[in-house]
Parts: sequence; C-alpha cells; structure tokens
Amino acid sequence: MKDILKNINKAFDHRIRLGMMSVLMVNENADFNTLKELLGATDGNLASHIKALELEQYIHVEKQFIARKPNTQYSITAKGRKAFQEHIEALEKLIPKG
Amino acid sequence: MFFKVLYMETKDYLQDIREIKNMMSQSTQFISLSGLSGVLAGIYALIGAYMAGRILPQPEYRYFEPHNTQETVNSLILIAMALMVLSIGTAYIMTVRKAKRIGESIWNKSAKRLLVNFAIPLATGGIFSLLLLLQTDYKLIAPVTLIFYGLACVNASKYTLRDVRYLGLTMVVLGLISVAFPGYGLYFWAIGFGFCHILYGAVMHFKYDSK
Repeated sequence: MKDILKNINKAFDHRIRLGMMSVLMVNENADFNTLKELLGATDGNLASHIKALELEQYIHVEKQFIARKPNTQYSITAKGRKAFQEHIEALEKLIPKG
Repeated sequence: MFFKVLYMETKDYLQDIREIKNMMSQSTQFISLSGLSGVLAGIYALIGAYMAGRILPQPEYRYFEPHNTQETVNSLILIAMALMVLSIGTAYIMTVRKAKRIGESIWNKSAKRLLVNFAIPLATGGIFSLLLLLQTDYKLIAPVTLIFYGLACVNASKYTLRDVRYLGLTMVVLGLISVAFPGYGLYFWAIGFGFCHILYGAVMHFKYDSK
C-alpha cells in the first residue's frame, strides 16, 4: 500500500491545484482571470495555490503589462510537467481496472 | 477497516481523474487557426469588392440599388458565392496544414465547439441576408453580413485565439456604422471583410505562426 501511494504527489492534493496543473498541461499559458474563471476560485484562494505551486517550481510566473495594465501569465515548467504526469500515472494505478 | 479506507481513497482519486479530464477539455482552445488564411480571405474580398464595383453603374458605386438590373444582381451574387467558397476552402486547407504541423487534431472537441458556436450566428445572418435578397431589399445586406459575421467571431472567440474577438467587435461596429450610410455598403464591406481580415490575419500570423 505504501508503495502504490509513493508517487501520489501531495502538492496536487487539492482541487484548485489539480485543476490549475490540468489547464496548464494543455495550454501554452493562462492568465490569472482565465484560471479563476475555469476553476471557480476566489482571488485570494487562487493566489495562495499559485504560490504553493510556484514554490515547488512546478509553474512559471511571468509578469507583464498589456496596455499598461498588469497581466500575469502562468505556464507549466518541465519539472511540473514530469511531476504531474507521474501523479496521473500513480492515480491510474490506484483505480481498480474495469 | 483497512479495505474501507482503501475504498474511500480510491473513490477520491477517481474524482481527481475526472476533474483533470474535465479541466483539460474545458480549457483547451483550438489554436490551429491559420492567420495567413485570414490575410488571403481579405485579399479575395478586396478583389471581389473591386469586381463588384466595376459591375455597378458608374460613377455611383452604389451596390444593390433598386435600379440595378436583375443581371447585375445575379453577377453580384455570383461574386459573393465565389468569394465564400474560396475563403472557406483556403481557411480549411491552411488550418489542416497548421494543425498537422503543431500536432493538434483537426477534429477535436475544441474544434467542434468552435465551429458550432461560429455557425449559429453566421447561419442566422446568412438566412437573414437571403430573405432580404428575396424581398429585393438590398441596402441592408452589407450591414447584416458584417454584423452577423462579427457576432459569429465574438461567439467563437472563447474557443480559439483571443484576437478573433477583436476582429468580431470591429466587424460589428463597422456593420452598425454602415447602416447609417445606405448605398456605401460596398465600401464598408471592403473595409471589414478585406482590410480587417488582412490586418488581424497578419497580426495572428506574426504572433503565433511565425514562431
């Protein structure tokens, strides 16, 4: 049992973080409002989960200005992609076949 | 007891996988839309508008006026049909090519959503224009095609590159302005379908395709 759970990544053990990684897996990048809308999160809630993933170096944060308004783009890092793939594989192993 | 715990956790992880799949498909945008095909469609539109201008009685350049003969109207419809076939054909071929290049499937879920959401306002506008044509009420056809095409772009833009939204909004504004200038529809039509397509197509091409 311990063995199977080894690859289950605690960093993804929350709906928001899981969703954010899923979105970034299939999109080159996403901005704060897009993520907020997709995940149905509040500003503060989303920001804290972003911070957690950023600390793990799973996502890359790029701040820029569009028409003098701050716009932050998030993208997945190579490390994050690998960790998330391993997480998905571990999840699949846990699900009973059939 | 142990089995109960295992069962609970399994159920949770199934939910996780569902969430992952759901988020992935919901957020995927169809990014294979080719910018260059927009530029080409714009060029076709300008050529078409020029030809239409030549057919119309000089020097007024007023399209679809009641004094136009049935023959003129038929030629205009023919030009419009040719433009539509050429533009859709080019867009299809170039988008398939781009999709192949970047490894996106052409007929995926986001492509379907894009097409359906684009088609609903567009078909409405198309039928509206045909009805106007049948009633020989020609002067609203240019505004109607511009406005409904613009709305189709705005509606579809959620599922593809964001620039399509601004193209759509520009078209809607042009269409509304052109209502105030009856008889000058061909000019607005050339600006909208010609210049705007070229402009936004070029922006999209340099932003995404030439990377």
